[in-house]
Amino acid sequence: MSEATARKQRPKFLALHEIRLPLPGIVSILHRVSGAGLFLLLPFLLFLFDRSLGSPETFATYQSVVSNPLIKLILLGLLWAYLHHFCAGIRFLLLDLHIAGDLQAALNSSRIVLVVSVVLTVLIGVMLW
Amino acid sequence: MVRRIVVGAHYGLRDWIGQRATAVYMAIYTIIFALYALALPEMSHEAWSAMFSGGFMRFATFLFFLALFYHAWVGVRDIFMDYIKPTGVRLALHVVILFLLIGYAGWAAQILWRL
Repeated sequence: MSEATARKQRPKFLALHEIRLPLPGIVSILHRVSGAGLFLLLPFLLFLFDRSLGSPETFATYQSVVSNPLIKLILLGLLWAYLHHFCAGIRFLLLDLHIAGDLQAALNSSRIVLVVSVVLTVLIGVMLW
Repeated sequence: MVRRIVVGAHYGLRDWIGQRATAVYMAIYTIIFALYALALPEMSHEAWSAMFSGGFMRFATFLFFLALFYHAWVGVRDIFMDYIKPTGVRLALHVVILFLLIGYAGWAAQILWRL
């Protein structure tokens, strides 16, 4: 075993309920959660895409599925997931390019990501509902 | 100083770059899709399927799906690497995800080239 791995074996105490995640941390974990959610519902989204493009009859099926209020709520959640993943992703790409890397800028950009993704979700949600 | 014995071909650099390249493509496609969708005269089967049956949009959309599935592969693999420690379970899950995503790619091709 190398020196590095030997040194890592320290006792850990993680009181998860006492750790307050900073804003960039919240953006980061939501990026992961939204990505996982989008992945899990991929078959449903592909199914809807398939129905919407098949024929006028399947298009009617698609319309009746998406007019269900519960489905609409799920799609609204997915819309937020997509938009959050999109905005947070652009933030990460900028960080990769060493843009907005210091603490204050990172906090500001996290706030922007959280706000913009929710605002866009509401706007597009209202347009499509 | 980082002491690391360097063995193997790469440390995931290809996937790291691939994840970012696909992200950039999907971001651009999202804008194009939004513009096309806003230009739709109405949400009918005719208008909607006409949007995707043009050569450019069909190609761009299919590329979007491929980018999405590759991107999802890297992302889901990262999640499994973080949370699933038993090698056998992790490997089995990787295979399942890979097969699923390849299947989705076939499905996406069928949806778009049926138009």
